[in-house]
Amino acid sequence: MESNSVKGQMADDVLLEVNNLKKFFPIRKGFLKKTVGNVRAVDDVSFFIKEGETLSLVGESGCGKTTTSRCVLRAIDPTEGEILFRRDDRTVVDVAKASRSTLKPLRRQMQMIFQDPFSSLNPRMTLLDIVGEPLKVNGVGRQERVDRVAELLRLVGLRPEFLRRYPHAFSGGQRQRIGIARALALNPRLIVADEPVSALDVSVQAQILNLLLELQEDLKLTYLFVAHDLSVVKHISDRVAVMYVGQMVEMAETDALFNSPKHPYTSALLSAIPQPDPRIRAQRVIPLGEVANPANPPSGCYFHPRCPYAQDICKTDAPIWEQIESGHYVRCHRARELELPGIMALEEKA
Amino acid sequence: MENGRKPLLSVTNLQTHFFADEGLVKAVDGASFDIHAGKTLGIVGESGCGKSVTARSILRIVEHPGKIVGGEIILRQGEQPAGEFDEVDLTKLNPNSREMRAIRGGVISLIFQEPMTSFSPVHTIGNQIIEVIRLHSTLDKKAARARAAELLSQVGISRPDERLDEYSFQLSGGLRQRAMIAMALACDPVLLIADEPTTALDVTTQAQILELLRELQEQNHMAIMLITHNLGVVAEMADDVAVMYLGQVVEQGTVDEIFYEPKHPYTKALLRSIPSIYAPSRVKLPTIEGGIPHPYNRPYGCPFHPRCPSFMPGVCDAKEPQITILGDRRQVRCFLYEEDEARWKATV
Repeated sequence: MESNSVKGQMADDVLLEVNNLKKFFPIRKGFLKKTVGNVRAVDDVSFFIKEGETLSLVGESGCGKTTTSRCVLRAIDPTEGEILFRRDDRTVVDVAKASRSTLKPLRRQMQMIFQDPFSSLNPRMTLLDIVGEPLKVNGVGRQERVDRVAELLRLVGLRPEFLRRYPHAFSGGQRQRIGIARALALNPRLIVADEPVSALDVSVQAQILNLLLELQEDLKLTYLFVAHDLSVVKHISDRVAVMYVGQMVEMAETDALFNSPKHPYTSALLSAIPQPDPRIRAQRVIPLGEVANPANPPSGCYFHPRCPYAQDICKTDAPIWEQIESGHYVRCHRARELELPGIMALEEKA
Repeated sequence: MENGRKPLLSVTNLQTHFFADEGLVKAVDGASFDIHAGKTLGIVGESGCGKSVTARSILRIVEHPGKIVGGEIILRQGEQPAGEFDEVDLTKLNPNSREMRAIRGGVISLIFQEPMTSFSPVHTIGNQIIEVIRLHSTLDKKAARARAAELLSQVGISRPDERLDEYSFQLSGGLRQRAMIAMALACDPVLLIADEPTTALDVTTQAQILELLRELQEQNHMAIMLITHNLGVVAEMADDVAVMYLGQVVEQGTVDEIFYEPKHPYTKALLRSIPSIYAPSRVKLPTIEGGIPHPYNRPYGCPFHPRCPSFMPGVCDAKEPQITILGDRRQVRCFLYEEDEARWKATV
């Protein structure tokens, strides 16, 4: 077991550190299934999360945010890179290379909340079975399980009498609470939440976001939050990382990212969100064209064909991931010179 | 009424019920609103509020076991010199009649939420658009194809001639939604019903599609009925807004009135509960208590009373509130405002 520990250069308060993570999916063709190319779903991603904070991964569909979160949980094997996780005994382990026997106890410490509350709960199991399953797997006896499940249900705002009911009796918001209770069953430290509110109605979404914030405070949880809705992300995150075609293009503290974005893509994303305020209409910089194909990304900077600020260097040289201000990372040749509008600029114009 | 002109479409007390084996579902139960020519009406509501069934009722494509059991849908076209219109009540027409089929797709057309599934995968995009054109006009095959190519370029699709021969799965989500819009525009409709047109799209693509709809509206002077659950999209696009809850329009007004002076407790609560990018991070959001009731289990009286912060016992749970008119284009359905109507009438 000790051989799995990594000599940590990781700072003491960091729970998870991902370095140069890559995940390629081969494209196979023909009778012999020869590999003819790769979909570069995650292409050199690095980030870290401190204990007790929320980091959000945002980006449009196909940008690799879900693949990144799955690699972190080792639900899929990464192609390259390190995923350092601090265990509860303070030792650091590389999840990317961990063996089955190292992974098994780790799984208790990292859990997942899914997007779709309708398909992520087995319709033939009662709440006791669904929420109690992780406990059963870990050898908790029946009576103890009933007590613990009742306690978990109370924790997520459901009545413990619901124990014997089946998921179909619950609404979308209640089902999402059940999914959260299941994720909390084993007292995890890291929760990966993949679009946990995007399938919910507006009035219910607020309830679930509040619950996630409360639980984080009470149980000292760390969240890796995957989402595409920037208003939700702004609401829940301490720090935000923006992804585009498998790469991280910008990462910063929430207010810094929203108020003074350094990457043209972040700025474009911010202006593309329709605001629930009729005064803020049509002051947007809509990026032209469509998201690049991760199987055949453009040369140089992946965003250059859509970027209003692109110069010759952007077409030929790939920009590097660098820290340009304290805690503000960006991947852009022109990050230091550009003055990009953040959300405050939009509001002022209105 | 705007500048004395009658609205293009008036829906009055529409009731569409579903007679399911398990019981009666009143999907739309007394919805009333107006759509004005060349303007956008946003219909907002959460799942199960009846916004899609309302759209389907207008086009008379409600599926079995659903039936329109009451109300009127008046379509006014072809202004006469005296300012009179040809009025038809769509609820009185046979859904399969020649007249209704001419209206459906010709006068009123629809874009669906799912651009993935609303095209046939075994016919080319071109064939599907040409079919619409030839059904509603006398153009021959060649002219119809030219018109289809023109439509594709109008919605911003490059190389339209080649795209006509492609299948829907060869297009990306954004392009597919553009092709869907091109098809809906084929016969210059006076009313375009867009049912969650951007819900399945990414934000940057969504912004492009909304921009396109706005441009097309300006060029063609058509009315848009925009159905969505996204209040941001409504704020951006709509001239008027109708807020629906459990089959009823609980409030209608101009976009500014709804966002800056909401009246109905549901509208107020809904606006408060959306996270805004201007608000400080990591603070508790105000929420609406409870969830949306199950359709078989509709509360008696005002449908919102079990969740309402201004609930008045003995009033809200005893009878249904009626529509209160508060202005030319402003109405609300709540006991709190019943006295305001008399005051408004006195000023007029």
